[in-house]
Amino acid sequence: MTEKAVLDGIRMLDLSRVWSGPMAVRMLADMGAEVILIDAPQARVMTPEYITMMKQLRVGGRHFPYFPDGDPGDEPWNRQGTYNDFNRNKLGITLNLTSPEGKELFKRLAKISDVVVENFTPRVMKNFGLDYAVLREINPGIIMISLPGYGMNGPYRDYPAYGTTLEQHAGFSSVMGYPDSGPYRTQSTYVDPVASVNAASAVMLALWHRRRTGKGQYIDLAQVEAGITLLGEVILDYSMNGRLPQRLGNRHAFMSPHGCYRCKGEDAWVTIAVESDEEWKAFCGATGSVAWSKDKRFANQLSRWHNQDELDKLVQAWTILHGHHEAMRILQAAGIAAGAVLNAKELMEDSHLKARGYFIEQYHPSVGIRPYPGFPVKFSRSLPQYRRPAPRVDEHTDYVFSGLLGMTKDEIAALKEKQVIGNKPPGI
Amino acid sequence: MAETALSGISVLDISEGISGPYCAKMLASFGADVIKIEKPVRGDVSRAVGPFPRDVPHLEKSALFLYLNTGKKSVTLNLHNAEGAGIFRELIKTTDVLVENYAPGVIKSLGFDYEALSRLNPKLVMTSITAFGQTGPYRDFKATSIIEYSLSGHQYINGEPDREPLQGAGPQPEYQGGLHGFLATLIALYSREDTGLGQWLDVSMQECMAGFHQFTITRYTYGGLIKQRNGNRYESDHPISIYPCKDGYVAVSASARPQQEQLYTLIGMPELIQDPRFLTPQDRINNADVFDELLAPWLKERTKEELFHTLSEWRIPCAPVADPADLLHDPHYKARQFWSEIEHPQAGRLTYPGPPFRMSETPWQVSRAPLLGEHNQEVYCGRLGHSSEDLVRLKEQGII
Repeated sequence: MTEKAVLDGIRMLDLSRVWSGPMAVRMLADMGAEVILIDAPQARVMTPEYITMMKQLRVGGRHFPYFPDGDPGDEPWNRQGTYNDFNRNKLGITLNLTSPEGKELFKRLAKISDVVVENFTPRVMKNFGLDYAVLREINPGIIMISLPGYGMNGPYRDYPAYGTTLEQHAGFSSVMGYPDSGPYRTQSTYVDPVASVNAASAVMLALWHRRRTGKGQYIDLAQVEAGITLLGEVILDYSMNGRLPQRLGNRHAFMSPHGCYRCKGEDAWVTIAVESDEEWKAFCGATGSVAWSKDKRFANQLSRWHNQDELDKLVQAWTILHGHHEAMRILQAAGIAAGAVLNAKELMEDSHLKARGYFIEQYHPSVGIRPYPGFPVKFSRSLPQYRRPAPRVDEHTDYVFSGLLGMTKDEIAALKEKQVIGNKPPGI
Repeated sequence: MAETALSGISVLDISEGISGPYCAKMLASFGADVIKIEKPVRGDVSRAVGPFPRDVPHLEKSALFLYLNTGKKSVTLNLHNAEGAGIFRELIKTTDVLVENYAPGVIKSLGFDYEALSRLNPKLVMTSITAFGQTGPYRDFKATSIIEYSLSGHQYINGEPDREPLQGAGPQPEYQGGLHGFLATLIALYSREDTGLGQWLDVSMQECMAGFHQFTITRYTYGGLIKQRNGNRYESDHPISIYPCKDGYVAVSASARPQQEQLYTLIGMPELIQDPRFLTPQDRINNADVFDELLAPWLKERTKEELFHTLSEWRIPCAPVADPADLLHDPHYKARQFWSEIEHPQAGRLTYPGPPFRMSETPWQVSRAPLLGEHNQEVYCGRLGHSSEDLVRLKEQGII
């Protein structure tokens, strides 16, 4: 018997794909919302040719684990890491929204749901005949959020957009890069999860408002705009001074040393940030009070900043003698901001994240027990609940169509026959 | 005036810098009554950070402060003084949300830990945003954004394989502390409707950022792959990258086969569709340099605007690498009325980025950041019933 969660009794329909929408919904599912994740029939299908091709993929001289441990297994579509990560706590069905029966079933579900989430380009829901204007007629209290790349209006609304183009368009790449290089993108396609947290917040605001007034509403989230809002001071600097941002590499506008320094070991690095003169003194003490630390070029914050090229070489001459965790601990013990540059393995093994229970372990019948990031904030009361792994294709057909909509076994079989729903790729 | 979602919710923001102020800014933007409590004389540390107009420091003109504190009221209060602390406790009694970002332990040393404050007001939601959270071995570690990028797995994967790993675009971990604090506060307020009780929220920027990976974690947990730096390329297909063009750079993201075929055709090389060097993801990764050489001259003849529109019309995801000037002149955001022109008595009229999302019934509202202590009279006399003489005395004693 699980305790009542914050969003117990809230039902959400999740039509979103890939990352931005799915992670937003997962956050609310962790808080207890009942989420029905609706995939198109065959959407997760992989042909035998595709499976073979991806199974053999090698990157950088290494086998690339497109499938868990390189093994597609009997049901490769249920073994996708990101899908399973972003869709835990959800129920899964398939539904063909281009068919009249599929549209009708979706409307019946919308009638008994509280929130609809989608991240298609704007024309898709309209083409399905399932946009907000339609859903509101069926269920006036419904909350709907769309989170396309460019929003629901404006000249770019129908342009294709991915996380791998939106962060560049939002301005992040113009700020990121080595001082002597062009712009860089993040390897984490930053705008996607930014949209996720904003979208989850928007739904919470709408649920709050509905609780007080009974009114539903529609939310338009342009992922690119959600991104731009996190560059506020850069935009204002331009507005104020007409100044464009410089790519600083790992440096800082006024701190030094401030950088990423090589350590002992293979591809091992530590980042260090020193601001005040007091911190500089502590840094010099912690690194052994060597002669150069008393050099007058480094005597104060401004002179250090102006002599960074020289300073960085001397700092690295110290860091290279130490492992990255060791360098971090020596400096942190002296009150200096320093961080080991963690790779994926080290992140999973990080003692601090472990002590705080950041990663949860979850059993999924197609991939066994694996760790995943839990809800990113700790609540003293509203504890997240990890009730079920991501759904396998069509896993909750009976619960949704029979349990919620009261359909008979024969009716469900007929839907499968007509491929309105589909539990397995054809030919398998 | 439209309805606001959070009307009637009162917030005290005793945070400084970026993370806490951004959380409270979001609450203010959706209608909460936010009072920012600042140190007398100097105020929030971000007032001293800038950027400033023509780089001349001024308490009321920091772009960072102006952006992060829209929609709030400002009072000054010395929380280290006994009488100041008493005033704070009075305010807490009628407050719904407290936002703070002191280092762990500091709030307790002031006597304002959650346990103490919840005794004054059991309905209080206290949102604490820190670098590493309130518990665990790194609890007292110091951090700035570059440290957070490092300890959350982002620094390692960004940049060139043969160069030093790269930090992200400015203080994003701080912003994420604020954004996650905002979401968590909304969840706690919603929960309070059922339980009648507030709670304490522990936001760790390291954890916010550690959750911002698409493949980094699952490729390891599902297959033992440690994601490496890959420049601007994508690890499992090509072309997904950033390229120079005639007047800057563009992002091209042809990750699906139909998009790649469109691209080959568009650049006048439809024969590449059948070319054995580019048939499978493996072929395209192995021959990425070859393809980029073929693509480069075509891109070099065209501007980023031209490329953005042409490729988008061909259904190939593409975007200009935009800087603030590009963004402010872009017709899309103008058509969507994304920018707000906000007048400020000291800093003048400036352009601010607008809502991160638009709500049909409870829209975002924006008004300028407050002057230091601008609302002392309103809050201390109006809300707490102090006299004007009191105010003068408190000011003379450095309490406000």
